[in-house]
Amino acid sequence: MFSRIPVSALLGMFVTSLFLFAAVFAPWIAPYPLTEIVGGVWEPASSQFWLGTDNLGRDLLSRMIYGARTTIFIASMATLLSFTLGSVLGLTAAVIGGWFDQLLSRFVDLLMSIPTLIFALVVLSVLPANLITLILVMGILDSTRVYRLARSVAVDINVMDFVETAKLRGEGRMWIVFREILPNALSPLVAELGLRFIFQVLFLSALSFLGLGIQPPEADWGGMVKENKDGIIFGIPAALIPAAAISILAIAVNLIADWVLNRTTDLKGGRSGH
Amino acid sequence: MTDANDTLLQVDGLCIGATVYPPDAKPHEIAIVDDVSFSLSTGRVLGLIGESGAGKSTIGLAALAYGRGGVRITGGSAVINGRDVLAIGRKDLRDVRGSDVCYVAQSAAAAFNPAHKLIDQVVEAALAKGDQSKASLHERAIELFRTLGLPEPDLIGNRYPHQVSGGQLQRIMTAMALCSKPDLIIFDEPTTALDVTTQIDVLAAIKHAIHETGVAAIYITHDLAVVAQVSDEIMVLRHGKTIEHGNTRQIIEQPADPYTRALVNVRTIDHPEAPADGEPLLAVSSVTASYAGSSEQVLRNVSVELRPGQTLAVVGESGSGKSTLARVITGLLQPSDGQIRFNNRLLPPALAGRTKNDLRELQMIHQMADVAMNPRHTVRTIVGRPLEFYFGLKGAAKKQRIAELLDEIELGPEFADRYPAELSGGQKQRVCIARALAAQPRLIICDEVTSALDPLIADGILKLLLELQRIEQVAFLFITHDLATVKAIADSIAVMYQGEVVRYGTKTQVLTPPYDDYTDLLLASVPRMEIGWLDKAIAGRRMGSAGN
Repeated sequence: MFSRIPVSALLGMFVTSLFLFAAVFAPWIAPYPLTEIVGGVWEPASSQFWLGTDNLGRDLLSRMIYGARTTIFIASMATLLSFTLGSVLGLTAAVIGGWFDQLLSRFVDLLMSIPTLIFALVVLSVLPANLITLILVMGILDSTRVYRLARSVAVDINVMDFVETAKLRGEGRMWIVFREILPNALSPLVAELGLRFIFQVLFLSALSFLGLGIQPPEADWGGMVKENKDGIIFGIPAALIPAAAISILAIAVNLIADWVLNRTTDLKGGRSGH
Repeated sequence: MTDANDTLLQVDGLCIGATVYPPDAKPHEIAIVDDVSFSLSTGRVLGLIGESGAGKSTIGLAALAYGRGGVRITGGSAVINGRDVLAIGRKDLRDVRGSDVCYVAQSAAAAFNPAHKLIDQVVEAALAKGDQSKASLHERAIELFRTLGLPEPDLIGNRYPHQVSGGQLQRIMTAMALCSKPDLIIFDEPTTALDVTTQIDVLAAIKHAIHETGVAAIYITHDLAVVAQVSDEIMVLRHGKTIEHGNTRQIIEQPADPYTRALVNVRTIDHPEAPADGEPLLAVSSVTASYAGSSEQVLRNVSVELRPGQTLAVVGESGSGKSTLARVITGLLQPSDGQIRFNNRLLPPALAGRTKNDLRELQMIHQMADVAMNPRHTVRTIVGRPLEFYFGLKGAAKKQRIAELLDEIELGPEFADRYPAELSGGQKQRVCIARALAAQPRLIICDEVTSALDPLIADGILKLLLELQRIEQVAFLFITHDLATVKAIADSIAVMYQGEVVRYGTKTQVLTPPYDDYTDLLLASVPRMEIGWLDKAIAGRRMGSAGN
C-alpha cells in the first residue's frame, strides 16, 4: 500500500512519527533530566549537549524532548475535545435546524466575535491554573471553528435524497447524524483535524509564551521560546530551536492532512479507503 | 447525393482513450472511442446516438480537438475544411473553435454567465475575431433570435439568463453558436433537460435554423425518436464503436443491427389495464398545499384514488406539482387543506405523527438513484437496514433475506458488498427498488424512477416493476413526465397542470379522445419514432406550451 502514498505524505508521516516517538518515550530517550542544571548558561552545541544549554544551563535537547511530550499531549487532547464537541453539535444543529440551530449558531458567533487569545487570557487568569482547565479552554474555544465547518458540510448532506429516505423510514436522529451524515462529512473534517491540531500547538505556544500556558519548570516549546528569547540579541539560537520544532511539526502534519484530503475527496466513492 | 468535394468534416479512425483506476486492480488504459470514421458534407445533419458511455459527446468534442479531463485523443484524424484539427497547434485551434465549429451544450443554464446580458454573450465569440462591428453583430443576433422563434427578438437579448425560460435559453445558445457563421455546429443533447412540450418547440427552432443558415451539424442524443426528426443520417454507437451508420430512413425503418432494432422498438411493453373497482388503498381528497413562506398554491384541490396492487400514473411537466403531491402523501410536506386516507384510515398529515407501520407500508423510490443511496454504505447496509429497522432481522436471517431481495431485482448476492459508486445507473435504481421492497410496503411512490436512465435500461426497470407488482401485489404511484412510460405501466392516469388535476380516469378513458387542450398538447409532444412527425405535430397543435 505504501507505493500509492506520495513522497510528501511519507515525509510528513516520518517526521510526525519521530516527534510522537520522542513525546511518548521522553523519559527514556532524553539524555538528561528535565530540570537539572547540567552546564553553563547558553552553552553552544557540543558532543556533550547536542543542542547546547538554555538560559539556566539545562540541556536543551532534553527539554525539547520533554517539551514535545507536553505540547503534543495537550494539543491532542484539546483537538480531540474540540472535534468531538464541534462536530457533534454542528451535525446535530444541521439535522434538527430551527430554533436549536439558531440558538447554537448565534452562541458560537458570540464566542467567535471575541479574539480567541484575549478570551483565553482572561479566562485562564481567573480560573485555577492546571492542565484540565487549559485543555478545556483551548478545546472549547477551538470547537467553534469545527462547529462551523461541520454544520455547513452537514447542511448540504442533510438535503440529499438518502437522508430523506432515512427520515421517511422513520429513523431517529442518532442514526441520521452518525450513520448517514457523519461518514460523508468525515473527509473535510479529517483534513481539518490536521490543521486544527497545529493551531492548537500554536495556541498553546502563544499562551505559554505569554506566561499563561505551561508553568515552569515544566517544559513546552512556547515556554522555551520565552525563556530563551533574550539570548537572541546576543546571537544565541536557543530560542529558535523550539520555534523551528513548532514549524516543522506544523508542516509535517499538514503534509499528511493534504494527502488525506486528496485521498478521500477523489471520485471513487465509498471504497477510497482501500 | 453527397459530392466528395464539399466534404466539410472527415473523421478517420478516431481513437480516444482514458486511464481508469479500478479499486482492486492496477490502473489501466481503456478505449472510450474505438476506430470511428465518418464524413459530413456542408448543410447535412448527422445524428450520433447511443446510451451513456457510448462515446457520443467525446466524439463531438473531438471535432473541436477538445478532450474532457483525463481523456486523450490517441489516434486518427479529424479534417475540417482541409485542416486536421487534431494535428494543428493551439493558435490555429483557436481559429477553428468558435468560428469554423461551434458547440451547443446540454445545460444552457450552466453555459451562460449569469452576470452578463444575453446578447453580449451571444456575440462575444464573433466579436473577439475582430472583423465585424458590435452593431452589425447585434443585428445578426437579433435576426437569429427571429429565426429561432424567440418572443420579442429585438429586446430579449437585453435580458439576463435567469430572466428567460429553459427552452428559450437553449435557443439563445443555438443563436450564440450560429452567430459567428460556423460551418459546423455540435449539438450535445440540447433538448434532453427540457419538458416534452418545450422540447418540441426547441427542436423545431433548431431544425428551422439549420435549414435557414445551411450549417452542417452533429446532433448528439440518446433519444432515437428525437434525432430522427432533425438528422439526415444517423450513426449508432455503443461502447465507443460504430454499430450502424446509414441514412435516417434506413435506420428507423430497416435497422440492420440487433442493437439498433432494440433501440427502435423500445417502450413496447404492453400492460393490460386492471378494473377500477373495490376499496381504494390510497385516497387523496381535495388536497391543497403550498411551501412555507409562500402563498402560492403548488397543489390546488387535488383528488386521486389508487386501488391495491394497481398503478396510478401522475403525469405533467416540471412545475405541475406532481412531486409536491408525492411529498404530501409521504408526509414531508403538510397540506394546508384536504386529507389522505390510506388503508381505510386517515393518515396523519405530518411525518412525525405517523406510526412505524404507516411508514413501512408507504415507501418511496427517488429519481436520482445516485443521491438516494448513502455513498458510504454498502448495498448490504442499504437493503438490510429496513429489514433490521422494521422487522428486527439479524444475522443469518437478514443475510438470507438480502440475498432473496437481490435475487428479486435480478442482481446476484455478490452485489451485497459493493458501494453505490461501483454500480451502473440501472443497477443503482434496482438496489433502490430492493430497499423499498424490503419494507414489504403496500404502496411505493416512484418519482421519475426511469427518467435518468437510458431507454433500454429504463425498459428493464419498468418490466421489473411490473413483475414485482404481479408477485408482491404492491401498488405504485408513478410520477413521470413521460407518456410512453405511462402507457406501458399505468392502470389509471392523472394529468396535472399548474397544480391541478386536469384529467383523471382509467388509462383507456384518459388516452381516448376527445382530449382537453393540455392533454392534447402533452400527447402530441411525445416524439414518435417516425420521420416527419415533428412537422405534423407542430402543425396540429391547439395550444402553446407553458415553458415557451
